[in-house]
Amino acid sequence: MQFIGSDIFLVALTFIVYYGAGRLRDFTGISALHPVLVSVAVLIVFLEITGISYEQYSRPGSMIEFWLKPAIVALGLPLYTQLRTIRKQLVPIFMCELAGCVVGIVSVVLIAQWMGASREVIISLAPKSVTNAIAIEITGHLGGIPSLTASIVVLVGLLGAVVGLKVLSFGNISSPVAQGISMGTAAHVIGTSRVNQLSERYGAYATVGLILNGVLTSVLAGPLLEILGV
Amino acid sequence: MVKQCSVIFGCLAVGEFIVWLTGISIPGSILGMLLLTALLEKKVIKVEDVGPMCRFLVSNMGFFFVPPGVALMLYFDIIADSWLAITVATVVSTALVLLVTGRVHQYFRHAVHRK
Repeated sequence: MQFIGSDIFLVALTFIVYYGAGRLRDFTGISALHPVLVSVAVLIVFLEITGISYEQYSRPGSMIEFWLKPAIVALGLPLYTQLRTIRKQLVPIFMCELAGCVVGIVSVVLIAQWMGASREVIISLAPKSVTNAIAIEITGHLGGIPSLTASIVVLVGLLGAVVGLKVLSFGNISSPVAQGISMGTAAHVIGTSRVNQLSERYGAYATVGLILNGVLTSVLAGPLLEILGV
Repeated sequence: MVKQCSVIFGCLAVGEFIVWLTGISIPGSILGMLLLTALLEKKVIKVEDVGPMCRFLVSNMGFFFVPPGVALMLYFDIIADSWLAITVATVVSTALVLLVTGRVHQYFRHAVHRK
């Protein structure tokens, strides 16, 4: 029994479960079976059954989580690739990112406050629209619960990917640029991969939305929470 | 591989250093990302110098946040307490972000065109 609590075994298990979850999604074609969600669920059940504490998992876990920060830096490459697109439409892109970012933080915080959520939960919800790597950093920075943010961010992405385009056409938002940017801004990587299926141009705009919202949210989340009295 | 990691971790280290130095509330990784973009744009670094590693990291991002997701098991009681608030706030806010971002983009796009 000691072996299954070892670092190497738990790292290997995390790889295998994630790989298996990816295959499961490809095989079934059900996008709600997102590999991250499925892996988290499987691993939690595994730890509960075997009686391995989270503390024991957190050491091998932190070796994997460590790569989040360099992965954010790596987003600098797609951002560089999209710089020309951004320059061409500097004003519309900047204004809509600013509006989307502020509305995203303010609305989720106000509703959660109004419905009586605790301070920790409200902080964890604030960066819910941006990609997980960035959202976790922001939540940790501001004193929320990073793992709660991680799960919510995945759920937000799935929600956006499944109903996002319907919501946009309901709002008469029809241009590919606007649709792509909105999907990336609201539903980060998962929304981006959804519109990438429509065309790569959509995907490129969504990437712009996802990165710029990440940057803006990391700058604005702290001050906005302060203004809203969280 | 080593060169690519030097660039990426170098940018990250500079980002973290700036945060440490100034105490600003932006994650060091974001500053590292902007620095990498700037270095690519100024041709200090070529795309080939970081390309494969960047693509590897970006396309496997999902894997890296499995462990923080697992930590959720520590907070089941908090979620049980406020799942309704979390759900309503998240769903409404996501719809608003989609609509506002799209409408504002179209508005300014047309405004620029009319000029």
